Amino acid sequence: MPQIFHYSANTLSKISIVATVLVLAGVGGALFELLADSGYATRQNEIREQPVPFSHSHHVGSMGIDCRYCHTTVETAGFANIPPTKTCMNCHSQIWVNSPTLEPVRASYRSDQSIEWTRVHDLPAFVYFNHSIHVNKGVGCETCHGRVDQMPLMYQKASLEMRWCLDCHRNPEKYVRPKDAVFKMGYVPPEDQLVMGNRLVKENNIQRLDTCYTCHR
Amino acid sequence: MSENNVNLDLASIRARLDGARGRDYWRSLEEIADTEGFQDFLHREFPRQASEWEDVDGRRNFLKLMGASLALAGLGACTKQPTEVIMPYVNAPEGLIPGRPMFYATAFTLSGVATGVLMESHMGRPTKVEGNPQHPASLGATNAMIQASVLNLYDPDRSQTVSSLGEIRSYGSFLPVFRKALKVPEALPEEAPPPPIAGQKAASYRPPPPQPRDGKGLRILTETVTSPTLAAQLQDILKLYTGSKWIQFEPLGGHGERGGSQLAFGQYVNTVYHFDAANVVLSLDADFLGTGAAGVRYARDFASKRRVRGDRMEMSRFYAVETTPTHTGAKADHRISIKPSQMADFARAVAAAAGTGGAGGQAPVDSKWFNAMIKDLQAHRGAGIVIPGEHQSPEVHALAHAINGALGNSGNTVTYTDPIEPNPVDQLASLRELAADLDAGAVEVLVIIGGNPAFTAPPDLYFRDKLLKAKLRVRLGLYEDETSELCQWHIPETHPLETWSDARAYDGTVTIMQPLIAPLYQGHSAHELLAAFSDSPEKSGYDLVREYWQTQHAGADFEDWWKRSVHDGMVAGTALPAKTVTAKAPATQGAAPTSGGLEISFHPDPYIYDGRFANNGWLQELPRPMTRLTWDNAALVSPDTAKRLGLSGEDRVELKVQGHSVLAAVWINPGQPKDSIAVHMGYGRTRSGRAGNGAGFDAYPLRNSSNLTYAGGLELRKTGKTFKLAATQHHYLIDGGEQEAIEQKKRGVVRSASLSEYKQKPDFAQEMIEDPATKHLTIYPETFKYEGYAWGMTIDQTACVGCNACVTACQAENNIPVVGKTQVLNMREMHWIRVDRYYQGHPEEPEIHFQPVPCMQCENAPCELVCPVAATVHDQDGLNTMVYNRCVGTRYCSNNCPYKVRRFNFLLFQDWTTESIKLQRNPDVTVRSRGVMEKCTYCIQRISSAKITAEKEDRRVRDGEIVTACEAACPAQAITFGDINDPNSRVSKLKKEKLNYALLADLNTRPRTTYLASLRNPNPEIEAT
Repeated sequence: MPQIFHYSANTLSKISIVATVLVLAGVGGALFELLADSGYATRQNEIREQPVPFSHSHHVGSMGIDCRYCHTTVETAGFANIPPTKTCMNCHSQIWVNSPTLEPVRASYRSDQSIEWTRVHDLPAFVYFNHSIHVNKGVGCETCHGRVDQMPLMYQKASLEMRWCLDCHRNPEKYVRPKDAVFKMGYVPPEDQLVMGNRLVKENNIQRLDTCYTCHR
Repeated sequence: MSENNVNLDLASIRARLDGARGRDYWRSLEEIADTEGFQDFLHREFPRQASEWEDVDGRRNFLKLMGASLALAGLGACTKQPTEVIMPYVNAPEGLIPGRPMFYATAFTLSGVATGVLMESHMGRPTKVEGNPQHPASLGATNAMIQASVLNLYDPDRSQTVSSLGEIRSYGSFLPVFRKALKVPEALPEEAPPPPIAGQKAASYRPPPPQPRDGKGLRILTETVTSPTLAAQLQDILKLYTGSKWIQFEPLGGHGERGGSQLAFGQYVNTVYHFDAANVVLSLDADFLGTGAAGVRYARDFASKRRVRGDRMEMSRFYAVETTPTHTGAKADHRISIKPSQMADFARAVAAAAGTGGAGGQAPVDSKWFNAMIKDLQAHRGAGIVIPGEHQSPEVHALAHAINGALGNSGNTVTYTDPIEPNPVDQLASLRELAADLDAGAVEVLVIIGGNPAFTAPPDLYFRDKLLKAKLRVRLGLYEDETSELCQWHIPETHPLETWSDARAYDGTVTIMQPLIAPLYQGHSAHELLAAFSDSPEKSGYDLVREYWQTQHAGADFEDWWKRSVHDGMVAGTALPAKTVTAKAPATQGAAPTSGGLEISFHPDPYIYDGRFANNGWLQELPRPMTRLTWDNAALVSPDTAKRLGLSGEDRVELKVQGHSVLAAVWINPGQPKDSIAVHMGYGRTRSGRAGNGAGFDAYPLRNSSNLTYAGGLELRKTGKTFKLAATQHHYLIDGGEQEAIEQKKRGVVRSASLSEYKQKPDFAQEMIEDPATKHLTIYPETFKYEGYAWGMTIDQTACVGCNACVTACQAENNIPVVGKTQVLNMREMHWIRVDRYYQGHPEEPEIHFQPVPCMQCENAPCELVCPVAATVHDQDGLNTMVYNRCVGTRYCSNNCPYKVRRFNFLLFQDWTTESIKLQRNPDVTVRSRGVMEKCTYCIQRISSAKITAEKEDRRVRDGEIVTACEAACPAQAITFGDINDPNSRVSKLKKEKLNYALLADLNTRPRTTYLASLRNPNPEIEAT
């Protein structure tokens, strides 16, 4: 019986087996990388459902309320504070008192039960982020949270991946602002950001902290 | 492989120790005998079976799990984070900053005596205890029991509901039953309070005093009460219910002290010792640095007289005479063991020699030793202390008072005040009376508040049986324990952190205790239960305590005064004034029968005390300072006696005293007196909860009311069985090198000298390494400089009293799990800091040293080189960081660590399911899971927090601003942490001391943690033997 396959088919078949495995692994790996970085996994840009459709765009953009009116502890503590119901009621006992959208707020105030807000910026439990030091060193709210004044419903602007953190931790001069612009929305960095950044890094003693214990402990 | 074996040849051990040149430190008898088992422990990071799969079809399971974990590791990375919610306050409390802990002053009480503390509270959850720097009994420090008390608050085994005969009831249904039994008239006083008239204060209205009621059958049994409010409530009840009686009973503390005070002074007095003024201290079996009421303060004062720095070359001298080795005795310059029956003889001999006028016989110790000691005490008249053991007999206490009087110490180093208890009584006599009343059927209503008398009462009172003769038995307790079992009603007691109350410290200082959290369960405090006797049965604890203090501090400024007192954690000016009393030497009570037979002495357990902390996993797993035992107590036998009786460690024996017998396991204890067995109380609980049940053996059945301190005529019978004990003495051993190297002093792990040796040769600690010149040798260029902060630590071995407060503090601060007895046997305990105990000299009278060992934070860290995934690396401040989320669990780092300070989560040791335990966790520290290596971080969360604060204020971190958990807890101030780049920091100055040395410096690891060598101050007259 004559040989059906050429002698080289032996080698080819061996190569193709190995190649298939390698290609599949490569494709799998690439897909995995894509998926892990995708907005699906990081939940970037995903609007989360909230008990009350609170609009930062309205309160910050139109009304011009300062971030710190509600996020009171952002300059003093690690946690920026989600305002107590009382803060909402400061105004909403006077305006929009009958709005059905605000019923959960009024219900909370009546019953002394917390409003259960869905957490939008949720770092893993092994990351210890501190708002106050960032704000005090000249990292703008906008740098991480985006144009909150243009967000009718809140979403996470940045990926919050570690490489995203490290980009700034390694090169703070790219992002820092003068301290008086930290809470400003729509801040336009000067053209010589790097020059100013380097000056601010020096003046404000901003450190390039990229060791593990900076955030993980 | 037995860890305490000890069919060892004592004669050869002796010969070997005699042959040793220089100082020879050893950790156990096996080490000197150099047994195979010991070598195994030394050379292996983990014991042989530590990483073995424990179930039968191990390999198959392993493959399955490997496959699954590979798959899950990939998939896990692209799962979404689960959605979480944020629940803000409705009305935020004033002053609260989410994410920042708040500290509130309150107090911890043991046997009624308070130590002031500050509780750290995260968003309403108390998580960690710190000492109250203003409080005289704490001065900022704590001990292991205080540290662990927070775990009791969250103990899931606490009783949670009111119950009656096993059925769940409510407090509301209890009150009518109770008040009916008390025959409280149903109708309340007819006259309602008149409405307040303008200009007249409502409070000035007093309702008519209620009519006295019949209380002949009413008995209230409490623990020792120092709380002014509780005592006032009880006095009111005794007045209202004619014929009723209040009994106090505490199984361990105070019997000898109260009895001795009566004998010596004819009245009850409270004794306060001033160790910071004492040049010579003689302890008559006193564990004053340990479990005593003022142990924290005394350790601080004592250490302050032992610290040699720079040109200050003076130390106090401490003689200890003990019936079992304690960590207090371990600090003595001269320690001697005598049989318990000889203690009174010894005290009498000291009294006679001190000139009290009493007759003293021959002291049962070496006369040269004795005479030199007496000479020393007399040379320091007015600056010495003779302190009797808390559990010692009244006679020894009275003799000590007389000796202190004769030596002029009274009024100087020993002062007396009125008793801190409002109603001191002979507790044993009153318990006997109660037992008799019960037996006669004279008790209608018995209310038991706290304590656990059914478990702790002396066996000859047959209290358990007699208890059942009371018609209505009501129990208020934290746990449904052995006593609750015998009562018809059990009311859950609130934990001290859930309660308004008050208590006095050792010097009388009052703390008004405030709750940190609302009661987790349906708890009521003792104050609230006692209110049920009055006409306002549902008054809150807050009102009761506050109203009492309104009567004590009348005046317009009450509100200010109250707020300041609660805030400070102490009421200013309540320390009792010293008073002058004169002790008379007690009449000799006749020499104790010295049978020559075996004796047994009873001691409080160093951590679970009388059994009240039996269900506290932190305390159960804390190695006992001397024996290193965890999870069990044992019958402690001296090596000689063990040899004579043919006993080995872990032998199960029957101990029999006056007809009562118990089964116990033997532990060979160097330093134990011959022919005397020591047992610790509190173990062998049957209804304490999941941690305490079945741990150890119950020694209370051996302790008759006539023999509270010790008993003679002990019969010991071998059962031929053994019982596994989990001791940690061979765990994580540092390899001091070959014997020859040690003898040539090349690698002294422990370094010590006497004060005179130190004066002659101040740099003895430096000379003990191989070649000081190689200290900074490295083949790498010195590329990395720590230019910012460089954190470092020193540990003073002279000061360290071996109390383990640091270990528990670290456990609370860093979310360290408890692993259980089986896992301790596998050498898997997780403590980040351990206190190694070293012996030196002969096994019968060894000198004892303590060495706390946390991570050394080496600059040339051997662990970092071998990690395949860079999970342990250096940071810019020179810390050796451990990154949990990178760790894959190869354990190479741990294998390469010469100090053996890394701990691996072999199993899921953390409790991820019990809700109440989650509340205790420190939110600033990751809760580690299975398969992750962990170790001391120098409390990086505290460093970060201080650095952020300093950065925001644009300054450097100040010295002392960062206090690690171990440093904060240490009562002896042995641990100092700080920046070694700052030449003026405390730690830099200490590192310049000549006593400073690094462990295993010849390995060139350049550890950041260094040690100050241990100094002692032996009497030259005794030393020159």
